[in-house]
Amino acid sequence: MLNHDPLQRVLYIDLTRRSFRIEHRPDLFERYLGGAGVASALLLEECPEGADPLEPENPIIFAVGPLVGLFPMASKTVAMFKSPHTGNLGESHAGGRSAVSIRMAGYGAIVIKGASDIPVYLTIFNDKVQFHDGRALWGMRSDFAARATREKESGSGMRTIMRIGLAGERLVSYACVITETYRHFGRLGLGAVFGSKKLKAIVISGKSSLPVVDRKTYKKAYNDIFQQLLTKPSLKKYHDLGTSLNILPLNKICALPTRNLQKACFEQAEEISGEHLAENYLGRRIACTHCPIACIHLAALREPYKDEPYFYKTTFISYDYELIYALGTMLGIGNSRGLMYLLNEVEILGLDAISTGVVLAWVTEAFQKGLITEKETMGLKPAWGDYETYVEIMKKIVLQPNEFYQAVAKGAEYASELYGGKEFALAFGKNEMPGYHTGYGGHLTFLTGARHSHLDSAGYSFDQKFLGKEVPPPEDYANHLFAEESYRQIISSLVICFFARGVYNYPTIERLLKIAGFDFSEESLKGLGEEILKQKYRFKFREGFSLDQLRIPKRILETISPHGRLQEEFIRKAIAAYKRLLS
Amino acid sequence: MSHLRVIDAERCVGCQLCMFACHRRFGKGGLGKSAIFVRSRGGMSRGFTVVVCRACKEPPCAAVCPVDALRVRKEGGVILQPHKCIGCGNCKEACTLGAVFWDEEENKPVICIHCGYCAQYCPHGVIALVKEE
Repeated sequence: MLNHDPLQRVLYIDLTRRSFRIEHRPDLFERYLGGAGVASALLLEECPEGADPLEPENPIIFAVGPLVGLFPMASKTVAMFKSPHTGNLGESHAGGRSAVSIRMAGYGAIVIKGASDIPVYLTIFNDKVQFHDGRALWGMRSDFAARATREKESGSGMRTIMRIGLAGERLVSYACVITETYRHFGRLGLGAVFGSKKLKAIVISGKSSLPVVDRKTYKKAYNDIFQQLLTKPSLKKYHDLGTSLNILPLNKICALPTRNLQKACFEQAEEISGEHLAENYLGRRIACTHCPIACIHLAALREPYKDEPYFYKTTFISYDYELIYALGTMLGIGNSRGLMYLLNEVEILGLDAISTGVVLAWVTEAFQKGLITEKETMGLKPAWGDYETYVEIMKKIVLQPNEFYQAVAKGAEYASELYGGKEFALAFGKNEMPGYHTGYGGHLTFLTGARHSHLDSAGYSFDQKFLGKEVPPPEDYANHLFAEESYRQIISSLVICFFARGVYNYPTIERLLKIAGFDFSEESLKGLGEEILKQKYRFKFREGFSLDQLRIPKRILETISPHGRLQEEFIRKAIAAYKRLLS
Repeated sequence: MSHLRVIDAERCVGCQLCMFACHRRFGKGGLGKSAIFVRSRGGMSRGFTVVVCRACKEPPCAAVCPVDALRVRKEGGVILQPHKCIGCGNCKEACTLGAVFWDEEENKPVICIHCGYCAQYCPHGVIALVKEE
C-alpha cells in the first residue's frame, strides 16, 4: 500500500476508560485488503474465546477498504462483532455515508471495546475523538436521536450518523444500527451490542485526499468503471424500481415465502410490488455516497390525523425486497399502507426487519396452533394481514413486559425452544430466514453462509438457473456456493456494493488495486477470498458452531419450491461437501 | 461564456459524485479539495441542496480579499492566485451562499472555476455547464 494512505490507521476506542489510541497496521491491510478480511482478523485478535456478546469484552469492529473514496460503489462498511442473536460470528454491512466518512476521517478500521456506565455518543472528526453525554438521547426514537445529533454536531454532508433505537437499548438480540436514516447494519444484532455498551450514536466525519500511484491511469480507470456502471441494464433496474423489482418475478415462480412459508406465492403480491409502490407512493430516490445508481426508494406516505380534518403528516419510508417479504408476504399483508406502517415502526424501534417479520410469522402460527394464547401475548391476537396488531406486538417485543416477549426478543429459534413449533420456526444457524424459497441453493446459503445471510453466496440466484431443469448433484451446489462465497469475501473486503459485482470482476480488481498501490494477481485474490472465508469459519468453529448439527426447519421440506419438494438428505449431503471444502 | 448551473436540485440523490469528480481534477481521490458541495436539507428524506459558486459579476469574496488574490473574471466568478493568498479566510466568510470551500492541507480557499468537469459525472441531470450570453 502507499506510504501515506490513511487506510492503515486503526482507531481503538475504549468506552470504559473513555480513551482512544491510533495504531498503524499496514500488516492487516496489505494482507487482507480491508472490510471483511481485516475485520475478521481483528475479531480474532480482539474477541476473547467464549466472550459474552453483551459484555464489555465484545468488540465492535468497523472496516472499509482501499477503493473507498477512489472508485464508485466502493461504498460499504463491514461491521463485525460477536452476535448476541446467534452467539457466534456477527457480520453486517451498510452503506449510506458510512464508508466514505470513515475513510475521509482518516481510518481503515475502528475497534470499539468496553462499556460506558452512562449513555454516551461518540464523535470522530479526523484525529479528534470525543465522548459526549448521551443521557438526553437515551430512550429516544432512532430518528429523533439522529435529528438531535445532526443539529448539535458539525460535519453536515460529510458525515455518517450511526444510531440505535429503543430495541438496541433494550438488548433485543436482533436490534439493528441505523445509518443515514435509510441504511442499516441490520442483521445479527449489532444494535444490542451498541445498547450493551450504552452507546447511542456515533458521528464520523472528515476531509482527506487519497494518494494514487499514477494520476492519469487513475482518471482513465475511473471513467472506464463509471461508464460500465451507468450502462449495465441490471443496475438500471435497481435505479428504476429498486430491489423490490424482485417481488413479482419471485412470486410468479412461487419462491416468495408467504404466511410463514405455508405457501410460496402470495395472492396479493401485486398490491405490495415494486411497481405498485413506485406508481403510487415513490417520493424520492437517494444514493449511498459515491454511488451513481441510487437504489434507495422512499415512499411518501400521507396520512390524515384522526382528531382534525384536513390535517396531514407525510412520512418518508424506505422499502426494499427483503422488507416487503418479511413484513409483507410472510405476515399476509396485502395492503400497501399497512405494510408501510410496519416498515415505519421497525425503523423507529431499530429492529432488524427480516428477523422481526419472521419472528412475527412464527408468533402468528404458534398462536393459531394454540402453542401460545392470549395469556402469553397479553391479550393481543396475531392474525395474518392484521398490521395494527403486529405493530402492537413489535412494541411489546421491545419493551418485553413478560416472559413470552422476553423470549420472542431473542428470536424464533429461542422462542420455539421454549414454546414448541420448531418445525415452523424459520431460523438457520439461529438467524431468521431471508425471502427466498427458490430451492436447494437458497436454503444451503442460509445454512452454510458464514453469516447465514442470503448475500453470503446467493444460492437463490443459482437455483434460478435450473428452473424447469434437473438440478445438479449436491457436491456441485457446494462447489458453486463455496466459490461464490469466496469471491464475495474479496468484494466485501474491498467493501464494494454487491450490486456492482458484475463490473468489479477479478481482472478489474487487480487493475484498480494497482492504482491504489496494492499488488495482487488474480490467482492470489482467489486464494485470499478462500482464506478470508476460512478465517471467518475459524471464528465460528472456535465459538462452537457445527455444520453437522445444523437444524433444518421442517417447513422448508413441506412447502413446494420451484424445484418441487426438497429432500433433507440432499441438503445434508451438500452441507457435508461444503464442510470438506472448508477444511 | 459557460457557467456551471444547478438545473434541478430536486433530482439530486445525494451521491456526491460531483464532489469526487471536482477533487479528481487534481488526480487524487477523496473530497478535501472539492469546490462543489451536496448536503441534505436536514435529513435525507427532505432532499438535497447543491452548493456551488454562481459566478457573481460583483463577487463579495473578491471584495474582501486584503491581498487581491481573487481575480474577478469578466464573465463572473473569480480565479484564485495562490501565490498571493495569505489564507485569511475572509472570502469564505463573505460568500452569502457558502460556496467558498476550504482546502485544509493548503490553507487556501477552493472556488469553482466553472470548468464543468463535475457535470460530466452527474447521472441524474442535477447540474450542467450552460452556455450563456
